[in-house]
Amino acid sequence: MLTKRLIPCLDVKNGRVVKGIQFHNLRDSGDPVELAKQYDREGADELVFLDISAAHEGRTTMIEVVRSVAEQLSIPFTVGGGIQSLEDMKQILRAGADKVSLNSSAVSNPEIIEAGARYFGSQCIVVAIDAKYDPSANSFKVYTHGGSRKTNLDAVEWAKQAEAYGAGEILLTSMDCDGEKSGFNLTITKQISQAVSIPVIASGGAGCAEDFYRVFEEGQADAALAASIFHYKDTSIEQVKSFLKDKGVAVR
Amino acid sequence: MIGILDYGMGNLHSVASALKRLGVDGLVSSKQSHLEETDGLILPGVGAFKDAMNLLHADGHVEFIKDYAKRKPLLGICLGMQLLFNESEEHGLTEGLELLPGRVRRFPAGGYKVPHMGWNELIVYQPQAPLIKHLKADYAYFVHSYYVETEDKSLLIATADYGIEVPAIVGRGKVFGTQFHPEKSGEFGLNLLSHFCQLSERGVIYDAIYHLSRH
Repeated sequence: MLTKRLIPCLDVKNGRVVKGIQFHNLRDSGDPVELAKQYDREGADELVFLDISAAHEGRTTMIEVVRSVAEQLSIPFTVGGGIQSLEDMKQILRAGADKVSLNSSAVSNPEIIEAGARYFGSQCIVVAIDAKYDPSANSFKVYTHGGSRKTNLDAVEWAKQAEAYGAGEILLTSMDCDGEKSGFNLTITKQISQAVSIPVIASGGAGCAEDFYRVFEEGQADAALAASIFHYKDTSIEQVKSFLKDKGVAVR
Repeated sequence: MIGILDYGMGNLHSVASALKRLGVDGLVSSKQSHLEETDGLILPGVGAFKDAMNLLHADGHVEFIKDYAKRKPLLGICLGMQLLFNESEEHGLTEGLELLPGRVRRFPAGGYKVPHMGWNELIVYQPQAPLIKHLKADYAYFVHSYYVETEDKSLLIATADYGIEVPAIVGRGKVFGTQFHPEKSGEFGLNLLSHFCQLSERGVIYDAIYHLSRH
């Protein structure tokens, strides 16, 4: 049986992991390679690296990070953040990443999804959607540029379009829930999971093991991504998996 | 030394990195004269069946691979495994390497999500098969939209359940294939690769040699 995936997300700036991740047994807790290996040992199913470097130099450094991680890691990993073109995708995938995640550039130019899928195959192309509830429309709208710009796109419609353009996976972040640690947004996760036939990774709001159970069962997500809950040791991947196993959810 | 055939498709980098981590000499090459010197050959592959076969034909690799597999171990990974079979339905019927009997088909629509992506549990049919002997074959990382359908169940070393029975590890004689990516399948995957390398270089499997240190 295909298992539900747990995916820690690491924010990388200028080649260093930021957000003060706490692993006591690491010499250098800002080293992406060391952290990636640690999560691999703990049972992470995949990793996501989000490049939040603002300047061009940071992006060049990211390619080096990807190359080093690829040499050391024995599980798949995705790289996202600021990918604008097919050329950017080529650089990251050739450096050894398994997938790239597209966000703002896919909204402004959906053909980039198609170009990436044609060149590398859909399995390499993740479309990340930042969604926020709009009470006046009673639906979820897509935001871009790190959540700073609202668009008129409906999140469910956009997910369907992204699939049609050739996305292999949707990474859905609920901006309403992100950082709140009060659970994933089950409504939008379920809506998108039912609307597309590609895997959906839920993100934003994980606070405890129960939240993962609910997003898999009620939200029908295929995978769940979290950052701070794992980084700050609120719980561990092993603990979440053991909880899920007890509840009858298939995990590795 | 283990060869990795570079025919213009596939994630050569990650397979080569995995061999390096195992301490195995890997040779990524498109030159048959160089690959002829290796003890075992890995046929990687990501992408479409037809494109891959066209590239193999264009470079005269089809006969080379068939001949190699008569004499030394061959391991196809993902699309590389599918290429070992008779034919594929991907983008019109295309002939494969015909080293193993079977046809590559698309997962039926309306069932499970396609691609079959993620960690699936292996159901082992042949625990004594050299590739997985001594190993705890638990989960492996799959990414594919097409699967192998074969009448010959004796080929199946392990399968995975994805609505239909998906051949996950296949083998006969010196020809082996994994539908999943061993280079992305954690400790188990690396050990499987290690077994292939041991089998190629020494003719026997000693033991699992790769361990992720547990904290």
